[in-house]
Amino acid sequence: MNWIVTIGGLLLIGVIAWYFWGPKKGGSLVETNASGYQEAKILVKNGYNPSRIVVQSGKPVRFEFTRVETGACDGMVIFPDFEKSATLPAGEKVIVDLPPMKTGSYDFTCQMGMFRGKIIVKN
Amino acid sequence: MDAGNAQHIHGHQHQMQEHVMLSNHSMQDQGQQEESSEEREYRSLMKKWWRAAIVSVPVILVSYPNLFGLGNLFPMGSGQLWWARLIMGLLALYVVIRSGGQFFVGTWEGLKQRSANMNTLIATGVSAAWLYSLVALFWPQIFPRPEMADVYYDVTTVVTALVVLGSALEVKARGRSSEAINKLVALQPQTANVVRDGKEVRVPLEEIKIGDHIVVRPGEKVAIDGTVVSGSSAVDESMLTGESIPVEKNENDEVFGGTLNKTGSFTFKVTKDQKDSALANIVEMVKQAQGSRIPVQKVVDQVSSFFTPGVIIAAILGYIVWYDFGPQPGWVYALIVAVTTLIIACPCALGMATPMSLTTGIGKGAENGILIRSGEALQIAQKLKTIVMDKTGTITEGKPSLTDIVPLGKFTEEELLLISASIEQGSEHPLASAIVEKAKEKGSRPVKSEGFNAIPGHGVEGTIDGKKIYFGNLKLMKEKGIPLDGFNRYDASMADQGKTPMFLAINGEAGGIVAVADTVKKDSLSVIHELKSMGLEVVMITGDNERTARAIAKQVGIDRVLAEVLPQHKAENVRKLQEEGKKVAMVGDGINDAPALTQADVGIAIGTGTDVAIEASDITLISGSLKGVVSAIKVSRATMKNIYEGLFGAFIYNAIGIPIALGVLYPFTGILLSPLVAAAAMAFSSLTVVLNANRLKRLKLKFN
Ligand SMILES: [Cu+2]
Repeated sequence: MNWIVTIGGLLLIGVIAWYFWGPKKGGSLVETNASGYQEAKILVKNGYNPSRIVVQSGKPVRFEFTRVETGACDGMVIFPDFEKSATLPAGEKVIVDLPPMKTGSYDFTCQMGMFRGKIIVKN
Repeated sequence: MDAGNAQHIHGHQHQMQEHVMLSNHSMQDQGQQEESSEEREYRSLMKKWWRAAIVSVPVILVSYPNLFGLGNLFPMGSGQLWWARLIMGLLALYVVIRSGGQFFVGTWEGLKQRSANMNTLIATGVSAAWLYSLVALFWPQIFPRPEMADVYYDVTTVVTALVVLGSALEVKARGRSSEAINKLVALQPQTANVVRDGKEVRVPLEEIKIGDHIVVRPGEKVAIDGTVVSGSSAVDESMLTGESIPVEKNENDEVFGGTLNKTGSFTFKVTKDQKDSALANIVEMVKQAQGSRIPVQKVVDQVSSFFTPGVIIAAILGYIVWYDFGPQPGWVYALIVAVTTLIIACPCALGMATPMSLTTGIGKGAENGILIRSGEALQIAQKLKTIVMDKTGTITEGKPSLTDIVPLGKFTEEELLLISASIEQGSEHPLASAIVEKAKEKGSRPVKSEGFNAIPGHGVEGTIDGKKIYFGNLKLMKEKGIPLDGFNRYDASMADQGKTPMFLAINGEAGGIVAVADTVKKDSLSVIHELKSMGLEVVMITGDNERTARAIAKQVGIDRVLAEVLPQHKAENVRKLQEEGKKVAMVGDGINDAPALTQADVGIAIGTGTDVAIEASDITLISGSLKGVVSAIKVSRATMKNIYEGLFGAFIYNAIGIPIALGVLYPFTGILLSPLVAAAAMAFSSLTVVLNANRLKRLKLKFN
């Protein structure tokens, strides 16, 4: 038994578990525009940038997706909680409007759930 | 294998993304672009595969020189072997970068988001094998025993090659699963004969404007939606409705883009924009539905978000256990186990199962004129127990036609028809038009009547050739004192058959009975029989009186009837059925069905029903035929079964593959998987999911 390998490995497992599953902080707070929409611009490149969007409850949300790559799986974005989806042609701006939400968090993903984003709704 | 993830998913995405651009280009263009983008991706992956495969050959030869009779050329521990291995290492690096670069890009982007996917697993596995080999080559002295300083460049190149090949095959197979939309999109012709300044000109589709007149000849396709202004023909609308019998088109009838003109020539006026056409709407709806999620996917999503980090953790644990307790050399066994585990795990088989089958199933429906609006509707449709059908317009044609003429006095059938048609000419009542239509059909020309007067709730009166005519129900006859001599018995028996009898009195004498009825659609009986044999209860709902309703129900084999239900109470009745604990579908067409369609677990709008009904429905049957109800349920059952099969397969694959890769069989059987076998299994597993979904295309929907 090699204690260095064993302890090192277990520590690595801890780090991995924390990195992927641990509490995630941050996220970009969105601004409300003149028409009352909370607008978030999201760059789609091998995932969503930013992928954590903080919005206020009770106000409608407008996403503007811009996909800047052609060869990856994120050609479609799905908001399962809202039964909404949109295709994202490369290089085009695509607007997705969502209704005002209750506090909590809502996922959005690519069609096969590989790329993920989160909407965090605060009061 | 999200090796492919980046790769194997995006071919599919390309076809999904087209619809936003429909407004800019003709749909035909889109169809061609789609094809080529998928084709392009396939070719690019195949190029990557060949590059990796060709380089793999010398790498394998040098990895096992004794096996291939090269032992003399590269003796163990010789300088030649060291240099050969160094060159192989560089070749392997070249393969990893040129053929497997996307794994690393995908991994890095994922890590920035604190998420991991298939790319992460492949990238980690491949680079672990390569880095180990590098250390073994340059610093063999740090290994406790010299034989541990072996190289694994063959793992690096072969795993990359196999995963890329798997992705390529998958792109190919997936292209076939989205064929339905491509076929729909490709239906529209690119040019049309437009009449400009009295002359016909061939004009590209995008230059056609609302109001243009377009000429269509036999064998040509209708370019865009419009209304016939002159000529007549039979048009094959099967691409939209799934109904194979051509539809007769005359002046003022609507025609739809993409349908095929069969026999005659006609001119139509364009009434819709390209992007508002029926075909564009269908394509749009199908695409939306294919992208939607079904409730079962929520569980899969949960599993997926734990899967990849879980596998990495399992691989590290495997490494520790093998290092500490496994046979010597510990480093080597531990490394093989960890790399194999990373490579065999395939989260994307799980992630793909649902969308792949959903895409194929919903596409299959669309090909047959069944529009399923969401994945959720599809999942619920499979659990249905009760089908509520609106009578008028759903089970029946929805407009009355003449069924019987019974002479009772000295008049013949022809005379009775002529007189009743003549008297009803001026009436707006739907019953009247049924009689007038029948008379025209028989070639009799109604004559002029005088003093026409409608007696509300009773019938009509008037004078023809100086004879006083009364035409109406039994009440009217009694009121006018017409001697009936027992022929009022017809009233009851006809009502029992669902017919409405109308009595004709001529100069105070009973002349005969003309009966009209809303006739049952020709498919209703067989459809209801089929539904019952599928284990479903069929309920008829109608505002008609109990007697007529029962009569129709009996004709089509329905046992349960909800009669005399006011339109505003239909939804309430559906809710009561739901309270029996069953999943209920409502089939209807009219505006007053909309609340009931919404209330039902699955609302099925039938025919070219009003937009309101379609909007309120979960499933729309474009052709007016009830057969679509059976097909819709068959599609949903088959698709859900296929989804569960795919998910089950993906789950079992990982549940068995990962423990074997970790070496659970080793203590008992001495079996330890090689990373090369793991790579092949992984590529195969995601391909299996796609092939499974493709099986749905062979689903038979026709029945007699
Ligand atoms: Cu995979």
